[in-house]
Amino acid sequence: MLYAGVDIGSTAAKAVILSEDKSKIIARRLMPSGWNSRLTADEILAWLLSEERSRDELRITATGYGRVSVPYADSTLTEITCHGKGAAFLGGNDSTVIDIGGQDTKVIILSAGRVIDFVMNDKCSAGTGKFLEVMANRMGLTLPEFFALAENGKAVKISSMCTVFAESEIVSLMGLGTPRENIAAGAVDSVAAKVCTLVSRKSQSGNYFLTGGFCEAPLLVEKLSQALNSEVNTCPDARFAGAIGAALLGK
Amino acid sequence: MDYRAMWETLGMDVKTHDLLCEALPGMFGGVFLSQENRPEGMDYFYSVVAEIHGLRPAELVEHKKNGGKVVGTFCIHVPDEIPIAAGAIATGLCSGSQFWVPGGEKKLPVATCPLIKASLGARFDRTCPFFRLADMFVGENTCDGKKKAWEILAEDAPMHIMDIPQMKRPEDYAHWESEVKGYLKRCEELTGNKVTPAKLRDAIILLNKKRKALQRLASFRKLDNIPISGKDMLLVTQIAFYDDPARITEQIHKLCDELDERAKNNVSVFAKGTKRILLTGTPLSIPNWKMHHIIETSGGAVVCEEMCTGIRYYEKCVDESGATVDEMIHNLVERYMGGIHCACFTPNNERIDDIKRLVKEYNADGVIDVNLKFCNIYDIEGYFVERELKKEGIPVLGIETDYTDQDTEQLRTRVGAFIEMLGN
Repeated sequence: MLYAGVDIGSTAAKAVILSEDKSKIIARRLMPSGWNSRLTADEILAWLLSEERSRDELRITATGYGRVSVPYADSTLTEITCHGKGAAFLGGNDSTVIDIGGQDTKVIILSAGRVIDFVMNDKCSAGTGKFLEVMANRMGLTLPEFFALAENGKAVKISSMCTVFAESEIVSLMGLGTPRENIAAGAVDSVAAKVCTLVSRKSQSGNYFLTGGFCEAPLLVEKLSQALNSEVNTCPDARFAGAIGAALLGK
Repeated sequence: MDYRAMWETLGMDVKTHDLLCEALPGMFGGVFLSQENRPEGMDYFYSVVAEIHGLRPAELVEHKKNGGKVVGTFCIHVPDEIPIAAGAIATGLCSGSQFWVPGGEKKLPVATCPLIKASLGARFDRTCPFFRLADMFVGENTCDGKKKAWEILAEDAPMHIMDIPQMKRPEDYAHWESEVKGYLKRCEELTGNKVTPAKLRDAIILLNKKRKALQRLASFRKLDNIPISGKDMLLVTQIAFYDDPARITEQIHKLCDELDERAKNNVSVFAKGTKRILLTGTPLSIPNWKMHHIIETSGGAVVCEEMCTGIRYYEKCVDESGATVDEMIHNLVERYMGGIHCACFTPNNERIDDIKRLVKEYNADGVIDVNLKFCNIYDIEGYFVERELKKEGIPVLGIETDYTDQDTEQLRTRVGAFIEMLGN
């Protein structure tokens, strides 16, 4: 039996297959969630069944905001439980897991690999991936371009707590002729500050682990470390943390 | 039955009200009728809800035809015994649906709690018969939102405002006692009836019987095998604010007799392994069933509500030993001020003590602190709720929500994750 995890987020869909003893990731798949979770889920199923794998030898667990759209899953779990488990697998056994997702940011407290507490951002998208996506779009950039620009910027203060208002604030800044790199750096700082506020609502171990798509955005990791005054660990597989956790929890 | 003629006579906006009438059955069916193994004794309560704007309002209309008066209240600190002793019918005022919120937002800031917005919307939009039938609306300044909203409501409705203290010192009890006396006088003026010791005692006994019936019903939720869902208990509690007290008392006991049988046979309406959740926080006015529905379709069972629409409403009885009206008022104040631990008081440590005690009594696995958006006092008090429960090792999840359905999926994730956490 192989264990598969399918994590359909608001922006990206992730899937992994774990070895029989659940000790190794043997395959990974990352794709945009698209506009229809059901179609995305079907595409993932085709991938899961490629390389002559049969449905019977797979135990599939779905998670993420689109978990209800994975009709072929053997079970479903919330992304909180899965991100916690996945982060523990990736080395964050006793840590405060920070997951910056497309529409949610979660802080999950792990003790001996178990979720003992968590908090999610409110309905508002400040401090989430959506915030940076909107800002990058506003400036006509892709996210990688946006980060590259921000690297060389001197952060301006963006004070709006709301993504919509922050967007207008950025428009005003651009109108004033503020250099784009300074605005981009300010937006990254703003996300780090908001995540830091969310973290401070919970008791922290001081041992931070970042999951989600920003695991390979060194600038954000650095800004987060500064804001939290503590090193933030992550790794390229951290974007698959939810899928890994789901696969690990498959029975 | 067709109540349109009655609604028109009451000056309601029947056309707009029809939209509510069309939406309710589907919503009710999805939440309640989808439950498996419902007790038969719930049928009475379901039928009351099915005609919530018809059945009971028709009785109130009848009462008024005979010269009787109706007193509407918003808060459980206000003793219903007083209007009842004066020969009036006391009724709660509905404010638990998003349907009325936009109407309230015409006059109130959007950043006002949905309960207050819905209350004003129901009156100004003329879409709730209870808000048409009340001869007197009793407002109380439990929070800033209500205090100022009542000034706006007073432009359209006959209000009686009561000044609830914010602390529980002896002088505060004395103040509330004088407020309750003022309320009694106002009720006597309204109805033209004198409140005699015999009438007041009868009213105290009548409402104590209702409380004891609700206590009996709630006690089934302490069992390992819970014979009634949290949703059903919530519905019974919500209806208790509107229905004839003697009739609902009888119906609750009938339901309890059935549950006695279930208890003997260890019948549960929940699957094995269902997590037991205690809810605490702001009131869940009818038809607000959102949190119960999410919890009970996510692997949880609500076993207790430390809320105004829960324990705070029925857990304590009024001392029946008073002989004079003054003595009875004193006993009412002890119960209605001393026995209810609302976040409008400072400090309010008794509420935390209550939650900890109830967690043990109802054997809860975890606590969900659910607060209406823009309710500052409960939101701020959530800090202590979370900290003090954690000290005792009780898992707690804080939720802020309103009457809309837009956050349902996000709440499902939070509640689902909390229940998964309790299970690992």
